[in-house]
Amino acid sequence: MADEVILLDYWPSMFGMRTRVALEEKNIKFDYREQDLFNKSPILLEMNLVHKKIPVLIHNGKPVCESLIQVEYIDETWPGGNPLLPSDPYQRAQAKFWGDFIDKKVYGPTRLIWGAKGEEQEVGTKEFIEMLKMLESELGDKTYFGGETFGYVDIALIGFYCWFDILEKCGNFSIDAVCPKLIAWAKRCMKRDSVAKSLPDSDKINKFVPELKKKIGIE
Amino acid sequence: MAERSEEVKLLGMWASPFSRRVEIALTLKGVPYEFSEQDIANKSPLLLQSNPVHKKIPVLLHSGKPISESLVILEYIDDTWQNNPILPQDPYDRATARFWGRFVDEQIYVTAMKVVGKVGEEKDAAVEATRDLLKLLEKELVGKKFLGGERLGFVDIVATLVAFWLMRTEEVVGVKVVPVEMFPEIHRWVKNLLDVDVIKKCIPPEDEHLNYIRARMDRLKLKSV
Ligand SMILES: N[C@@H](CCC(=O)N[C@@H](CS)C(=O)NCC(=O)O)C(=O)O
Ligand SMILES: N[C@@H](CCC(=O)N[C@@H](CS)C(=O)NCC(=O)O)C(=O)O
Repeated sequence: MADEVILLDYWPSMFGMRTRVALEEKNIKFDYREQDLFNKSPILLEMNLVHKKIPVLIHNGKPVCESLIQVEYIDETWPGGNPLLPSDPYQRAQAKFWGDFIDKKVYGPTRLIWGAKGEEQEVGTKEFIEMLKMLESELGDKTYFGGETFGYVDIALIGFYCWFDILEKCGNFSIDAVCPKLIAWAKRCMKRDSVAKSLPDSDKINKFVPELKKKIGIE
Repeated sequence: MAERSEEVKLLGMWASPFSRRVEIALTLKGVPYEFSEQDIANKSPLLLQSNPVHKKIPVLLHSGKPISESLVILEYIDDTWQNNPILPQDPYDRATARFWGRFVDEQIYVTAMKVVGKVGEEKDAAVEATRDLLKLLEKELVGKKFLGGERLGFVDIVATLVAFWLMRTEEVVGVKVVPVEMFPEIHRWVKNLLDVDVIKKCIPPEDEHLNYIRARMDRLKLKSV
C-alpha cells in the first residue's frame, strides 16, 4: 500500500511549518489541508481530540499530534534521506532539549510582542531577545544548530523567521542588531528548498497579524 | 565496577516527581548512579553550571556531560542503555507515548499546580479542569495494566507524577481531586504500579513525603497572605 499522508495545517503557523519542512526534507508527498481555526472542521476535531489544534499529521489514517513529535515521527518512519536527529544519544538529547526550549521559552514572548501593549509588550520583547541570545550562543559559529547538517533544532526554530519582521515592528527593535549570527543562519536555511517552499513571505504575515487581532478582539 | 569515565550522577531532590522519574528509569535499566541531593533555595555551582538555561533539577551527568529536562533524560537513558526498553519500538507507538508524556507535564501538572496555588472559586475551577484532563488518562487505561500496556513504560514513568505527587498532594490540600468513584481505572493502575519492585523502591516514603508537602504548602500560604 502506498503511504497516504495528510497534513491538517494553517498557513501562518510556525508549528505547522516545522512539519511541512520535515516532510519536504524527506521528499514525502502529502495532501495539505488548510484548516479554519475559527470554525473547526469535523476531521480536525476527530483527529486531535485532546487539543483540537493544528498541525495534525495523518499517516495511513492514524493521527500524530504536536509538531515536534511529528518531526521525530517523520524521521523515525522515513529514516532514508537526510536524518533530522543525530544518531548519537547525547547529541539527540541536546537537540530535543533545544526544541523543548523553543516551545517553552520562545513562543510565549512572541504572543506578547504582537498581542499585548505597554509594559506587557516590553516584558515580551525583553524576554524574546534574551531567548534569542541564548539560541545564538548555542548556534555559535556552526552552520546549523546540529553542526554541518540541517536538522531538528533548525526545523523547530525556522518558522519563527517569517514572523521576525512583524515582531520587530510591533516591539520596535532589531534582531539583526542583537543576533546577527542568527539572522545569517536563517538566511542560510531559507536557501534550502524545503524551507523556502514551506514558509510564507513576511509580507503576508505582516498583513495577517492585524487581521488576526481584529478577529480575536484585541484591537 | 563502572569506569570513572562512565560515571552516572543525578542532581536531584528526593521529593521531586521529576527527579524520581529519572531514578525509576536508571533503576529499571540497572544502571548504578550517584545521587546528589540539591537545595533549590540555594543552588549549587554544579547545578548552575550544568543547567544554565533552566537552573532546575533533575540533571543527569553522564561521564561529566549534563542532560536536563526529565522527559529528555528518559529518552537519553533509553537510547544509551537498551535493555528493558522504556519506549515502544514502533514509531507510531513512540509518538503516542511522547504525546501523553507532554500531556502530563504541559496539561495535567500545570493545571494541578493551580489547585495547590489558588483559593476559592479559582481553586474549584482548577479541580474541575484537572479532572477533565485526568478523564483522558482514565480512558487510556481501560483494558490495560499499565499506560504502556502489559509492561511499565515511558508514560507510566512520567505519570508517576499523578500517582505519587498529585494523589498525595490532594490529601494535604483537603480536596479529593481524583476520587476513586470517578477514576476507578487510575486507582487500579496505582495499585499495579505499587506491585512493581522498581517503583516501590523509587518513590518517596509516604509519611515523610506528606510532611514535606504539608510544610511546603504552609510556606505557600504564608506567602499569599
Ligand atoms: N504544541 C503545539 C502547538 C500548536 C498550536 O498552538 N496550534 C495553533 C495554531 S498556531 C492552533 O491550532 N490553535 C487553535 C486553538 O487553539 O484553538 C504543536 O507544536 O503542534
Ligand atoms: N520540566 C522540568 C521540571 C523540573 C522542575 O520543575 N524542577 C524543580 C524542582 S521539582 C526545580 O528544580 N525548580 C527550581 C527552580 O525553579 O528554581 C523537568 O521535567 O525536568
